[in-house]
Amino acid sequence: MRDRGETIRNGAIQLLLAVNAVIMIYPLFVMVASSFKTNAEIFSSPLSLPTHFSTANLEKVWTETNFVRYLANSVGITAASVALILLFSTLAGYAIARYRFRLSSLVLMFFLSGMTVPLKLAIIPLFIQLDTLGLVDSYLGLVLVYVAMGIPSAVFIMTGFLRTLPRELEESARMDGASELRIMWSIMLPLARPAMVIVAIQNAVPIWNDFFFPLVLITSDNLKTLPQGLTVFVGEFTTDWGVLFTGLTLAALPITLLYIVLSKQFISGITQGAVK
Amino acid sequence: MTDGWRHTERPFPWRRSLWIAALLTPALVVMVLFVLWPLLSAFRFAFYEFNGLRPSGFIGFENFREVLFEKPYSDWTYNALKHNVVAFLALMVFENGTAFLIAFALLKALPGHRVHQVIVFLPVVLSAVIVGFLWKLFLHPLFGLVNQLLGLVGVGAIPWLGNENTALGSILFANIWHWLGFPTLVLLAGMQRISKDVLEAARLDGAGDYALMTKIVWPLIAPSVTIVTILTFIGSFNWFEIPYVMAGLTGSPGGSTDVLGLYFYRTAFGSTTTGIQDFGQGSALAVLMFVFVAGVTAIALRYLRRREIEQ
Repeated sequence: MRDRGETIRNGAIQLLLAVNAVIMIYPLFVMVASSFKTNAEIFSSPLSLPTHFSTANLEKVWTETNFVRYLANSVGITAASVALILLFSTLAGYAIARYRFRLSSLVLMFFLSGMTVPLKLAIIPLFIQLDTLGLVDSYLGLVLVYVAMGIPSAVFIMTGFLRTLPRELEESARMDGASELRIMWSIMLPLARPAMVIVAIQNAVPIWNDFFFPLVLITSDNLKTLPQGLTVFVGEFTTDWGVLFTGLTLAALPITLLYIVLSKQFISGITQGAVK
Repeated sequence: MTDGWRHTERPFPWRRSLWIAALLTPALVVMVLFVLWPLLSAFRFAFYEFNGLRPSGFIGFENFREVLFEKPYSDWTYNALKHNVVAFLALMVFENGTAFLIAFALLKALPGHRVHQVIVFLPVVLSAVIVGFLWKLFLHPLFGLVNQLLGLVGVGAIPWLGNENTALGSILFANIWHWLGFPTLVLLAGMQRISKDVLEAARLDGAGDYALMTKIVWPLIAPSVTIVTILTFIGSFNWFEIPYVMAGLTGSPGGSTDVLGLYFYRTAFGSTTTGIQDFGQGSALAVLMFVFVAGVTAIALRYLRRREIEQ
């Protein structure tokens, strides 16, 4: 009897999860399927698979819009921002974690306090600051904002991780006369790779997806990032749903593929990032 | 800890200081220029009148008075605030409630639970802009997927985003779909920290799933609930992308989807419809939002943490 009750309960749980899985996946499935359909087909039979896989929408998006440009901008800006966050936070974290100096805890506190600041609310002075420096409507201005946004939690993670590395390696290298730079670069940093991966994912996702800062800081169409460019794109094709779904599918594709390959790192990176 | 370097570096302490300073400089410069300075200025600017991009004169609390007490600004402020509060409450009940149920279902580790974790978290990694446009298309009154599906069971077309009564709810639904995986996995992580012995003991004492869920798991995951509550609160007051994409910068129809994030953006950077651009008022709004969110978060943390300890 008990086993049977258990079976029914497990069945109910599996049913709940199955329904939820359908709700999470089905919209994405419709999005991808619709990108191969013509407008007429989307409206007449929205729920069916496309009758023939037409790539007309794809060609239109690729050749007639600025989509590729937006994509390239997003790749460049995300890569540059993450690279600078990694570089700056690793250097700072290394100084705090591996050397003793008088102001180290104060410096760490300064970085940590940055984690509590919602930079969006400081957008007005940030805009004025970038305007003064001539960096509004430029890649560099946007990248610097992202770097500033990412550094506090990145320094936190790198410092924490670098502290756990053993001192012996460092000391024996020093005995052998290695310079501080060489010790850091050749001995310590290769060991810090796992923390770097977490920092990279944790920053790459929100930067890649960000809409707010480009909206305020970028005005030239040629400099727009993908989320921002999508608003232009949708404006151009309000009635051509096949093209719209194709644009959304293409925009979702890169990060979805990465996520499927690296889902474990993504989940821990993002949940840790917010829980920290 | 032993300080091996101290002996080797002693003859040249300035070299070591220089090296440490060099390591810290890039990060510190970025933080000072693009976090510290803007943050301090945000507070200062709230007390200034603006002439275009430059603060032109100190006016005390005038900007605050305008956004809080002077019509029509105050009406806009409270209308937006109301929707943020509604969003927070709705997300707490519907998003986190669903997340709790799904996390509890996943806790049983039945076949396929790992795949389900990956599925439920997938929309989280997508841009809110993609999610917003996707659901905007799906909620189209005539051709949208949602009404087409409802048509199959005989429900007539509903103008989800065009009606003042359903627009905010529709946007909240899209938001829940987008973000559900996040609280689910935070709560699941909390549940997995409960010792297996406790769960088994309760089972042996005859606790069914419902009793186990309400009497054992729920009280024991208080720290995760605290995190989820705080993040939902902060998230619902930073809400911007999905309302912007799905219902526009002015919160149409009739301001029924306006939230503080949109109102703040409109005040600061203007919009084609209102034509207002006022950095002073915008700064005052930003300061009020910052103080409100930080204040409530601090009070809630104290209260929620105390509750955790008492258990």
